[in-house]
Amino acid sequence: MEANEVFEKVKGLFVEDLGIDESKVTMDAKLEEDLEIDSLGIVEVVMAFEDEFEIEIDDEELADVSTVGQAVNLLHSKI
Amino acid sequence: MSKRRVVVTGLGTINPLGNNVSDSWENLINGKSGIDNITSFDTADLPVTFAGEVKNFDANEYMGKQHARKLDRSGHLSIYAAEQALLDAGFNPEKRMGSNCGIVFGTGIGGIGATEDAVRVYDERGASRINPLAITQLMPNSSTGQVAIKFGIEGPSLTITTACAASANAVGEAKNMIENGIVDIVVAGGTESGTTPMTIGAFAQIRALSTKNDTPAEACSPFDKNRDGFVMAEGSTVLILESEESAKSRDAKIYGYIVGYGSTTDAHHITAPAEGGEGAVRAMDKALKDANLSVDNVDYINAHGTSTPANDKNETSAIKTLFGAKAYEVDISSTKSMTGHLLGGAGAFESMVCLLSLQKGVIPPTINLNNKDEECDLNYTPNNAVNKEMNIAMSNSFGFGGHNGVLVFSKT
Repeated sequence: MEANEVFEKVKGLFVEDLGIDESKVTMDAKLEEDLEIDSLGIVEVVMAFEDEFEIEIDDEELADVSTVGQAVNLLHSKI
Repeated sequence: MSKRRVVVTGLGTINPLGNNVSDSWENLINGKSGIDNITSFDTADLPVTFAGEVKNFDANEYMGKQHARKLDRSGHLSIYAAEQALLDAGFNPEKRMGSNCGIVFGTGIGGIGATEDAVRVYDERGASRINPLAITQLMPNSSTGQVAIKFGIEGPSLTITTACAASANAVGEAKNMIENGIVDIVVAGGTESGTTPMTIGAFAQIRALSTKNDTPAEACSPFDKNRDGFVMAEGSTVLILESEESAKSRDAKIYGYIVGYGSTTDAHHITAPAEGGEGAVRAMDKALKDANLSVDNVDYINAHGTSTPANDKNETSAIKTLFGAKAYEVDISSTKSMTGHLLGGAGAFESMVCLLSLQKGVIPPTINLNNKDEECDLNYTPNNAVNKEMNIAMSNSFGFGGHNGVLVFSKT
């Protein structure tokens, strides 16, 4: 799967499942500041990713993820 | 030092009779029922298929999906009612209320819908798929915390879980906070949203619910000989309590005064009332003493009146014990005949009813009261509202666990 396809799927999850405004979901968007995803929300996001891409994500892998782009890169590397 | 007087300056509600105060009041005095077949889930496997649901309310539309999905329905209803009440009291809900404002909320079973959902997911998909928001949605203090966050309420907070007496106790404890000078303003209310499959099923198991599935609007019939149980309902009602001094200093409108509060415990049985409503007698007596009033002053009693055989009989006995001959003169009604039982939200709703009744000089009826029960022989305002100039009203709330909360209101 190409990175831009991963981005589109991630965007779809954010918009459809989490109710985030579509225009806010860009590669540069910061998860916490721009998308208002707090520490509880991150757990939900990870669950949604795991279900969508049929992968498992460890908590340590999330340590460096603070933007949509970083999340897309992590997912892309694991698929 | 004399106690400070406590006024109510704002009201907000969402319940089976309406999504604001004026619609709810119109339906109350016109004897409309808010009870109907359950629409929010499939009731095919349940022995009871009707309830008092909130209608025409879309939380996603009201607060946006990103916010709404973080809350249980009880949280949605709480924020909706609290915003109405703050606006009604003349506060700007966009501004933080600050540390001179407290919050006391009552609920019987908190975010029970979120609990049911989480258990279902756990059973079907395992622990790793449980909604990470489940705990924050299901904890009984969730509504208290969410309302405080939304409106910046930084003073003391309490969540009271005395079952069906919860929000009567909430209003009473809020009154005490203001009387004692702890804060000048308290957002007090109660919420329940237990019209969910397991909860309906579980209440049905203890034979607490009416099973008149063919006639939902007529099922809740307090004090009627053929009553067969209460009707589950959902909703939230919020009152803005304020010191009289604070309200007058900002020229706020005043609905009325909260002048008495009595709280007692049966210490008898987890569901059945004590014989003769002994705990209820003591709670009514304490509330009147707190108000420096006697039974002769009481114009109207908004009864607990759940429509269960045990409650209505024992509440009637309790009123007779305390009021003596005056019991046959005082006007009584059960608005649960129209709303159903709002459980932890009932005391706050019925506080609102008392305040509006005093202000408008109208007693809402007990609907569906057609068959005389020799054990329930007082004046329950059957089927039609009554116009009457009044000054003092009493609201009774009694909960599983043996909790009794009684409030007394004054127009002046």
